[in-house]
Amino acid sequence: MGLNAYLTLAAVLFAIGFFGVVTRRNTVGILLGIELMLNAVNINLVAFARFNADIVGMIFTTFTIPITVAEVALGLAIVILIFRMKRTVVADHLDILKG
Amino acid sequence: MTDPALPALLALLLPACAFVILAVVAPLRRHGRAAAGLSVLFAAGALAAAIGALRLATRSGGFSEWLWAWIPAEAGPLATVGVLADGDSALMLVLVALISFLVQVYSLGYLSDETMPSLGRYYAYQSLFAFSMMGLVLAPNFAQLFICWELVGLCSYLLIGYWYTRPEAARAAVKAFWITKAADVGLLIGIVLLWRQTGTFDFLELLQMADTGAIPLAGLGVITFCIYLGASGKSAQFPFHIWLPDAMEGPTPVSALIHAATMVTAGVYLLTRTVWLFRLTPDVMQLIAWNGAFTALLAAVLACVQTDIKRVLAYSTVSQLGYMMAAIGAGFASAGFLHLLTHGIFKALLFLGAGAVIHAVGTNDIFRMGGLARTMPQTAIAFIVGTVSLAGVPFFAGFFSKEEILGAVLAGGFPGPFGMLLFVAFLTAFYMFRVVFVAFFGAAAAGHGTGDHHVHDAPPSMALPLGILALLSVGIGVLFAFWHPRAEFEELGWLTPTAVVVAFAGILFAYLVYQRRAVSADTLATIFGPIRAAALRRFWIDDIFAFVYRGPMLGLAKLVGWVDRYLVDGILNVLSAWTLTAGDRMRRIQSGRAQDYVYGIALGVLLLLVWVRWPR
Repeated sequence: MGLNAYLTLAAVLFAIGFFGVVTRRNTVGILLGIELMLNAVNINLVAFARFNADIVGMIFTTFTIPITVAEVALGLAIVILIFRMKRTVVADHLDILKG
Repeated sequence: MTDPALPALLALLLPACAFVILAVVAPLRRHGRAAAGLSVLFAAGALAAAIGALRLATRSGGFSEWLWAWIPAEAGPLATVGVLADGDSALMLVLVALISFLVQVYSLGYLSDETMPSLGRYYAYQSLFAFSMMGLVLAPNFAQLFICWELVGLCSYLLIGYWYTRPEAARAAVKAFWITKAADVGLLIGIVLLWRQTGTFDFLELLQMADTGAIPLAGLGVITFCIYLGASGKSAQFPFHIWLPDAMEGPTPVSALIHAATMVTAGVYLLTRTVWLFRLTPDVMQLIAWNGAFTALLAAVLACVQTDIKRVLAYSTVSQLGYMMAAIGAGFASAGFLHLLTHGIFKALLFLGAGAVIHAVGTNDIFRMGGLARTMPQTAIAFIVGTVSLAGVPFFAGFFSKEEILGAVLAGGFPGPFGMLLFVAFLTAFYMFRVVFVAFFGAAAAGHGTGDHHVHDAPPSMALPLGILALLSVGIGVLFAFWHPRAEFEELGWLTPTAVVVAFAGILFAYLVYQRRAVSADTLATIFGPIRAAALRRFWIDDIFAFVYRGPMLGLAKLVGWVDRYLVDGILNVLSAWTLTAGDRMRRIQSGRAQDYVYGIALGVLLLLVWVRWPR
């Protein structure tokens, strides 16, 4: 398989993730979408590292994965806090910044 | 100690100390009697110091100048402050200190009904005035003179408006302030122009330049005219005389001090002080002489129809100031200055006498007085002494100085003004004795002396200043009869008899009209009908001022107001409304929902990509 297949997979995955972020009403679902988008980027990085014989992409990915984990942990903590205060995690209801 | 500047400085600083103490120590000021005591004490000290300065100045014969640098500049100080003590300024200093002290003593009785805080305020103003006026008198240069000039104007405003709850008093204060202020602008322009021409404010330096002919004559006429403008505003010369009669709304002691003896003579004093400058511009001198004589005549006619005792005196002051100005314009400043001094004494006496009458009777209208010579004999004697001094009866203070002025005007080559002034002398005697006969000798009018208002002589604090001033009026007159300063001009033999005859003619006429009623006052009124009607309307001069103010000035103000309100404000209002609407519209973009922002970011990234990759 060539580079294009990997890039296509990554693009599809990114699009699915973006779709999830902008359509899901549940905050947890939005977080999941963000994860998909991040991993699509990871696939890109690894694929380019492989086909260009450049180790840097791999190293970068090993940093991204733990950071993603930390981000999910933080995101879920925020969601739980929001739920405690607002009794809801539906994104449409969280509009206190409305102008 | 032989330097007259030292006691002069002391006299200047004592009232300043009194004012600062009264201004800063509020409890003392609110306790009016204590404030009055302090102020009177300091005024007495100032009087003693002023007399000391005069003795030293006359003994040394020269002058003494103490200067401190005030505004520094590279080539020596730009302006200095200090005292310039010579014969003239020391004499004037004594006059100011004397009248100021006597008026403060007199006010103890006159204002005894006032509340304590307002009495404290009154004495604070009085001390400030004494300081400012002495600073003006002793000023060694135009800069200090102008500052003190404005300060006395301020004090005049504050003291005219002393009873500020009365609308007439508040109006009169504002009128006096604005009219003198308008004239003062001329003085300021004159001083600055003079400085541009000569590079100095200092009197002595300017005098030296004038003597050596170092002052460029081109444009000097404008400068002296501007300075004269300021002097004519302060000294109530036509057409600026209209503020002085209204200033009578202030307490009578204030009228005596500021609007008769000292402040209004500041203009005359200034011209006396700088007459060497005016001699370089004969045109302006002629204007001063003619305008002085005209003012004297105008005010004398106006005084004949007044029924308010204080207004008669006010117009008489204007008229006498005209005399002084005419003498200066004729080139004999010393004659004007002499009349300034004697006039200061007997006019203060007249005002204080009038104050005693008003205090006792409770009205200013002479036709509601009558027969006061019986009920208050001391005051009547004092007032009559003042009146005969003013009328120019021999052996009284005003006689010699007035005759001197008449001689000066004639010797200066002004037969026209001389004729006017001679006629004014007749009118002066007439209107003053009109007051005397109506108020002091006529039958007691209904409405006073009856009921609960008992008419009586003044209390000691008021009678003492009256007595001192009356003695001085007589004393100076007798002194001049035997020894008088040598005139600068040839005295004419026929002048003295003429002046005496004219004065006695005026007195006789007033006697016939108002005492014997040989000539009916009503007949007189019909003979002089049009003049009388015009004089009652003050010759429409106030109306002209009011018209000039109401017409062009208020019209301009309205135009400017309209432009500001509708044009400037309108543009700004439209701009702000647009901004508000735009903000309101833009606000709706902010939905507050995170997902909408994600759309926004995605759209932004897309646009960015398109922009970056767009084929150029």
